[in-house]
Amino acid sequence: MAPVVLILGLFLLLPILMAFWVSLTDWNGQGSPFTGDVPFVGVENYTRLFTADGLARQDFMTSLRNNVYYVAIVVPAQTVLALLLAVVVNSRMLKGKAFFRTAFYFPSVTSSVAISVVFLFLFANSGAVNALLGILGVDGPQWFADSRGVLHLLLGGLGVDTPPAALTGAGALGLSWWDWLAGPSVAMCSIITLVVWTTSGTFMLMFLAALQNVPETLDEAGRLDGANRWQRFRHVTLPMIRPTLFLVLTLGLIGTWQVFDQVYVMSQGNPAKTTLTPAYLSYRTAFRDFEYGSGAAISFVLFLIIIGFTLVQRQVLRDRDGDGRRPRWRRRVPGRR
Amino acid sequence: MTVAAPHRREHRQPASGAPGGRAPRGLATTFVGYAILVFFGLVFLYPFVIQIANSVKTEPDAAANPLSPVPDPVDLTSFQRIVEGTAFPLWLGNSLLVTVLVTLGRVLLDSLAGYALARLRFAGRGAVFAAIVAVLAVPGVVLLIPKFLVLNQLGIYNSYAALIVPLLADAAGVFIMKQFFDSIPRSVEEAARIDGAGTFRIFRSVVLPMAKPALITLTILSFQGSWNEFPHSLVAVQDPALFTLPRGLADLVSGSLGAGTQYPLKLGAALLATIPVAVLFVVFQRYFVRGANEGVDKE
Repeated sequence: MAPVVLILGLFLLLPILMAFWVSLTDWNGQGSPFTGDVPFVGVENYTRLFTADGLARQDFMTSLRNNVYYVAIVVPAQTVLALLLAVVVNSRMLKGKAFFRTAFYFPSVTSSVAISVVFLFLFANSGAVNALLGILGVDGPQWFADSRGVLHLLLGGLGVDTPPAALTGAGALGLSWWDWLAGPSVAMCSIITLVVWTTSGTFMLMFLAALQNVPETLDEAGRLDGANRWQRFRHVTLPMIRPTLFLVLTLGLIGTWQVFDQVYVMSQGNPAKTTLTPAYLSYRTAFRDFEYGSGAAISFVLFLIIIGFTLVQRQVLRDRDGDGRRPRWRRRVPGRR
Repeated sequence: MTVAAPHRREHRQPASGAPGGRAPRGLATTFVGYAILVFFGLVFLYPFVIQIANSVKTEPDAAANPLSPVPDPVDLTSFQRIVEGTAFPLWLGNSLLVTVLVTLGRVLLDSLAGYALARLRFAGRGAVFAAIVAVLAVPGVVLLIPKFLVLNQLGIYNSYAALIVPLLADAAGVFIMKQFFDSIPRSVEEAARIDGAGTFRIFRSVVLPMAKPALITLTILSFQGSWNEFPHSLVAVQDPALFTLPRGLADLVSGSLGAGTQYPLKLGAALLATIPVAVLFVVFQRYFVRGANEGVDKE
């Protein structure tokens, strides 16, 4: 017991306190940060991220924007894909399900670095994805050199070639509105694809475990009452697996704010900072630019964001444990009343 | 805990004995089901086929036919160059050392701690358990700078100790073991106690043998976790002689290779780094599944 408490305490609790101290200083990595020689700057590292106009805020806000778009696509995509795969693998009629279950789960257990190398090749200019697009008659982009935002591209497709002055002229927190509304860049899309591909398998297993606890008699009852497949799924199965659905969504939210390995291996934040994320920015600021105080401040803000999502999850779970929602789904089961 | 639940079978009969007239629709559904399975089977497995095939292609062939599963001609020089031209053997050795020690440490410490939390009455037990659950909620990526600070302060930055010691115990493992020990009845241990065995003796000769499935799960998760661990090595060492496989691989990709894209070589090195966990996965699949579902029980 004692060694475990010691290791966890030494490498988790104490470090957090030390990092908080460092985030209030201008330590450059030389010597110990806990001596009087290190300049104490108070909350300056934090204010530079939010209120002071400059490169630090611009980079930080860019990384937040990138991560928000990333989360907004990855979380729904991996949840829907995992649920679809689980429902199909759980289906009674199909054979060979064990094989496919293994196939879908396998990417989840491999090394994130090794898989990133594979996807670098798949999305290379002369790589497999562009070869596939070529067969379909589409001229694929230069994925990792393409910093154009997807929303900008969509607007371009609609004929909006020059950004409206109202959006480029004004802005908030160091970025123009036009930049805020860029959407994920083409390069980010390849990272999004990779992450959805690797995480769906794990979440599929969670859904599968939940689906197998849904009594089949409920489905039968819905069938006898004349509900079609979609209605049975929507009004019988889905409410039954709601706790798991919720768990998958929160684990997804927490995980997607931590994206790091893939960015490190595949893009290092490039092109034009469109794959920069707070986690990577924090690492780069501390270990490449040797501004440990600033890097620690970024990771504390990221910490607050993630803890925020965790607390919201706890709160909603507690609400759901009360009987607030139960009558609602009961009422919705077709033919129950 | 395998996914194929036995109770499925019991319900099978009444379901397939449902009234006729549904057969054509059932057939269509089956077809759609298989179509989805096969499509996503390809999506999830074909990248590995591409990886294997392209690692034994020549560089021009890999650039010209990236999708083809057939190398033409088969060219094994990339593997030769991985062994002779890169530090791959060194990374492999470092990875093996770190993985074996971390796995041993985790199995020993996590199971002892899990047992203590499940069975022993000691002051502050509740607080320790709450602390471990709290640690589970701390996102790993925000600990990069904190970990570096401690290693730096302890004077072990850039050493094997830095790579290994911080990973020796993990909260998730303690949690899994505590859950498991909670699930075995106390009566077995009480019988041993009446026979005069002490706590450690009971743990070693009675509890551990029963805990075999949980221990296997823990061993496999620890092996996989430490073999694939990347960000920790970034903040623990900077000397290339201490690089583990993921770190070396990342270094290789970010351009320490020199001319050309050299995709066959990179894919080959990534392939070699994937093989140990892949073999483990195929052999012990149900334990991986158990580990993945611990997340569900946790909440």
